[in-house]
Amino acid sequence: MSLLEIENVTLKFGGLTAVDNLSFSVEEGEVFAIVGPNGAGKSTVFNLISRFYDPYAGSIRFDGHNLLEVKPSGVAAYGVARTFQNIELFEHATVLQNLLVGRHRHRRTNLFSEILFTPSARRQELENREKVEEVIDFLDLQAYRDKMIAGLPYGVRKVVEVARALATDPKLLLLDEPASGLSVEETTDMRWWIDDIRRQMGITVLMVEHDMGLVSGVSDRVLAMADGAKLALGTPAEVQSHPAVIEAYLGKAS
Amino acid sequence: MRIVFKTDYMQDIRPWKDRYQLSLYLILLAVVFAAPWVLDVFYLGELTNVLIWAIAGMGLMVLTGHTGQASLGHAAFLAFGCYSNVILLEAGVPFILAFPLAGVITGIIGALVAIPALRLHGIYLAIFTLAMSILVDDIIVLTEPWSGGVSGKYIAGIDLFGLTIDRWGTPMLFYWLVLAVTVIVTLGYINLLRSPLGRSFIAVRDSEVSAQAMGVDIARTKTISFGLSCMVTGWAGAFMGLFAGAFNNETFSVVISIELLMMIVIGGLGSIHGAFFGAIIIGFLPQFLSIAKEYVGAVFGGSTVAIPGLEFGIFGMILIAFILFEPMGIYGRWLKIRTFFELFPFYRKDMFKRQKSYLKTERLR
Repeated sequence: MSLLEIENVTLKFGGLTAVDNLSFSVEEGEVFAIVGPNGAGKSTVFNLISRFYDPYAGSIRFDGHNLLEVKPSGVAAYGVARTFQNIELFEHATVLQNLLVGRHRHRRTNLFSEILFTPSARRQELENREKVEEVIDFLDLQAYRDKMIAGLPYGVRKVVEVARALATDPKLLLLDEPASGLSVEETTDMRWWIDDIRRQMGITVLMVEHDMGLVSGVSDRVLAMADGAKLALGTPAEVQSHPAVIEAYLGKAS
Repeated sequence: MRIVFKTDYMQDIRPWKDRYQLSLYLILLAVVFAAPWVLDVFYLGELTNVLIWAIAGMGLMVLTGHTGQASLGHAAFLAFGCYSNVILLEAGVPFILAFPLAGVITGIIGALVAIPALRLHGIYLAIFTLAMSILVDDIIVLTEPWSGGVSGKYIAGIDLFGLTIDRWGTPMLFYWLVLAVTVIVTLGYINLLRSPLGRSFIAVRDSEVSAQAMGVDIARTKTISFGLSCMVTGWAGAFMGLFAGAFNNETFSVVISIELLMMIVIGGLGSIHGAFFGAIIIGFLPQFLSIAKEYVGAVFGGSTVAIPGLEFGIFGMILIAFILFEPMGIYGRWLKIRTFFELFPFYRKDMFKRQKSYLKTERLR
């Protein structure tokens, strides 16, 4: 059984079909990339998995659970973490606080034990901190630990967002354009990190990305989309040379 | 220049940075505890008033400063707290029970109000809560059998542990009672902020979409925030009733709501300190103005007649000045001054300057 199974999912915004009868599945332990021109519905697929949108038809199953039955906030509890295309960090909090919010799904304490800050709440805080420190070490964020997000440069924010997603201890990591706006050097770093996330942490990665260098460098399989529908699915090389993909990007020779 | 070396995770979990900071706060606590022996009755009353406003400010700060839900209706919850406390006392419930219950009842009402308010954001939420603040006036008039309606209610002293605590008769005891509640609320607030729930409040404030993606239930978090906020505000309201001694439907008017919101903005949104700084301003401004008026009158030979609306005019100007020049409020200014001395001589003017934020993902509302 695949980790993530998307079957015949359709989403319509009024008359516009954003996702058109799309099916694919992501296997455990692989890096799966979605590519396609702007407006192809890539981010919409992410938002469907995150339950921000309700599909018009079809089913989304993750790790044996029907995701369509849970609330948007319940998706994280199954072990799905995500980043956003345009960075959605908690601006007026420190990097550390941002990462600690990532630990929210592991919260065992309740309102009363937190207000009294009982020993169990303290133990939980220490555990959370240890987990967060592992992520900080992994992504080299030590220098920014106590900095406010509002004062950080773009490239660092991008990494902090990945770190916050990793802090949730996910099974599946959704990366929405992890390399957009990054320099060549930062993109290379991101490439090794994605590789390490898969190899060292054993986390399955599903990403949307435009940078074909990054996509062909790390992903095992690629799904090409256009106008909400599947164009091609296969290894990076197969997809890049697929006639339908070339047509979607470059147009037809007349 | 003072540098704190971190060698232990507990240093970040503890509410104080180091022993130096802890001792400063303990000295502050000792000073305010000893205040009744130093101050005369008038200033002790004023200080009590400041503490009550600080409790109310902390109540609103949870909701507005930390969860990002602007409320222009917190006077309504002050009223709920005040009336439920007095009504319970009149029903023969001892103060030790009536007071906490008054807060809990107000908190439950607040959480119920939150359910329709959850769908509202920003200015719409402000208008919704403003409407509530206006409504509560009528509710008090309509429920005359319990609330006393327009003629209002009176409360003299209360009995606690065999002592009669009265604002006029035993101002010292009343002051210590208020101080004790202030300290308890502050400690609870500090604990809240260093645990997952407080962080989820901040998450909801800064980005609802990503809070949701991290597993924070937005509706639930907002409801809890409303409940906690209203509970603390209810306690402040109960104290305001005891402090005033007499109150009716007009005591907790919309003006009080606006004053409360202005207070936490001036003090500094998003910090416990802000509630206290704001309360000091709002508590001592009238006294400061009347003293200043005498001096001005003496210098220019003008009269000392009361100028209607002067207090609000000055207050409004202070608010405008803060929003223009120091959006982080008094606490923000205090942070800058402290950093200047801590880093001396390395402080730079742009240290606290914010970068322009980038495009946010289209809000999925």
